Amino acid sequence: MIDKPINNRAWLFVLPVLAFVMFSSIIPAMTVVNYSIQDTLGENNFFWNGDAWFRDLLNPSTEIGARFNDALFRTLAFSFVCLAIEIPLGIAMALCVPRRGWAVGISLVIVALPMLIPGVVVGTMWQIFTREDIGLFGAALTGLGIHYNVTQDAVSAWVTIVVIDVWHWTPLVILLSYAGLRAIPDAYYQAARIDGASRWAVFVNIELPKLQKVLVIAALLRFMQTFMIYTEPFIVTGGGPGSATTFLSIDLDKIALGQVDLGNAASMSLVYYLITLTVCWVFFTIMNQLERRRDV
Amino acid sequence: MRSSVAPRLIFVAYLLVLMLPIYWLINMSLRTNDDIMSGLALFPHHPTLIKFFEIFDDPTWVHAFGVSLSYVAINTVISVVVALPAAYAFNRYRFIGDKHLFFWLLTNLMAPAAVFAMPFFQLYYAIGLFDTIWAVALAHCLFNVPLAVWILEGFVSGVPREIDETAAIDGYSFPRFFIRIFLPLIANGIGVTAFFCFMFSWVETLLATTLTSAHALPFAAVMTRAYSASGMDWSLLSAAGVLTMIPGAVVIWFVRNHIAKGFALGRV
Repeated sequence: MIDKPINNRAWLFVLPVLAFVMFSSIIPAMTVVNYSIQDTLGENNFFWNGDAWFRDLLNPSTEIGARFNDALFRTLAFSFVCLAIEIPLGIAMALCVPRRGWAVGISLVIVALPMLIPGVVVGTMWQIFTREDIGLFGAALTGLGIHYNVTQDAVSAWVTIVVIDVWHWTPLVILLSYAGLRAIPDAYYQAARIDGASRWAVFVNIELPKLQKVLVIAALLRFMQTFMIYTEPFIVTGGGPGSATTFLSIDLDKIALGQVDLGNAASMSLVYYLITLTVCWVFFTIMNQLERRRDV
Repeated sequence: MRSSVAPRLIFVAYLLVLMLPIYWLINMSLRTNDDIMSGLALFPHHPTLIKFFEIFDDPTWVHAFGVSLSYVAINTVISVVVALPAAYAFNRYRFIGDKHLFFWLLTNLMAPAAVFAMPFFQLYYAIGLFDTIWAVALAHCLFNVPLAVWILEGFVSGVPREIDETAAIDGYSFPRFFIRIFLPLIANGIGVTAFFCFMFSWVETLLATTLTSAHALPFAAVMTRAYSASGMDWSLLSAAGVLTMIPGAVVIWFVRNHIAKGFALGRV
């Protein structure tokens, strides 16, 4: 790491990337900033509005503020629940994936398959799957005498979205953990066997510490993806019943593209974006620190 | 650990649960609507491919599939080509602002698509690319280019620096070295990167539907429209869903031996 030569001409190599990402990141972001500090009376007449949109947004007693607060809380709760299920489940399943032989390839392909299904299709699939008349999941739950109705019952809707996310994205955690497990040298296991360590001791003292870095990445990716979840609830519940599953992305989409309420949408976008940036930065710092500790 | 059967059983059970919704979709796609509404059936009693033919015969659907595959392909090519030199630079050199630049790139990977939907719409409308495959292909660069840089950088770090130096001593010019020697060395990495770019572009639907309206409708948009238009044609929607899973399944089959390695670098 230290012996890397300093060469500012390397910027030339990075330039194309910069151009592409700038084009699709900075320009749109500036549009958002622009709208967030202006108001309009229609017909493309914009005037300076200062920080009024932001003050409304961050004040829970206003209508938009209350809405944002609720959606933010809902989204955070959703992310937390999903992570709490997916990370342990992913590690457990990764431990069960066969390590060698013909079964490895097939297992990995099957595990990865859900991740390659477009969000709209995942939504449709589960919309059918959870209906009590034609869906296996819905019919089974109803058959067991459980009150289950995605479109009318808030709890059902919530559970459904969580189940979908767990189904869709636990494979990511599995594949990451599996790769991390494979990277542990056999010598560690042999040493553990000589010491007569139990399976649990091997997991806690060898596997879990070695998985640390991969798990941070898994948690980061899963947090971000759940924090931006849009398509699945949009199709399966439409954000309802009421606003039970109206997560931030859905709310933002409703305000921006549905009501074309540019000022509110823009200020909300920026705050939303800043939250993701902050979380991203925290994770990134943790990741770098882990890497440095490993290098020493 | 050889003697334990329980983990295997649990894992097989998990795979079965994982496949259940997919199986149900296939099941639905092989039945007619009347058959579906007549009651729950664990497997199709009178399997029919009629809905698949309906899709193949409908130019809207066929066109939409073509559109989706085109923008995914364009985006994958752009992402990988642009990211290659950058990944090399990030791994081999230090330069002013490299760490900050890398972090900034990663933050774009995490940017919520919903934030960008409205400004993208206006941007592409303004430059006349709205409703073309290029709009979607370029928009997906927002997260796929950083992703490609990230994954490729991991693979570049696996190539010893001595190879660069030896090639320079042997009189290779840099472009020749890069194309003739370096690229073959990270061919696996390029494959894995292309796979992930394909995956994230293929599954993204919010931007793809926002940036198109008539000529370049991706299948996702056609599917959303099919909801209202046909009064919930479950069988048709299922058949379309099954078809969208095929490209993903094909691609993943080709990279199955390299996926674990791609993930091993901890970069997705």
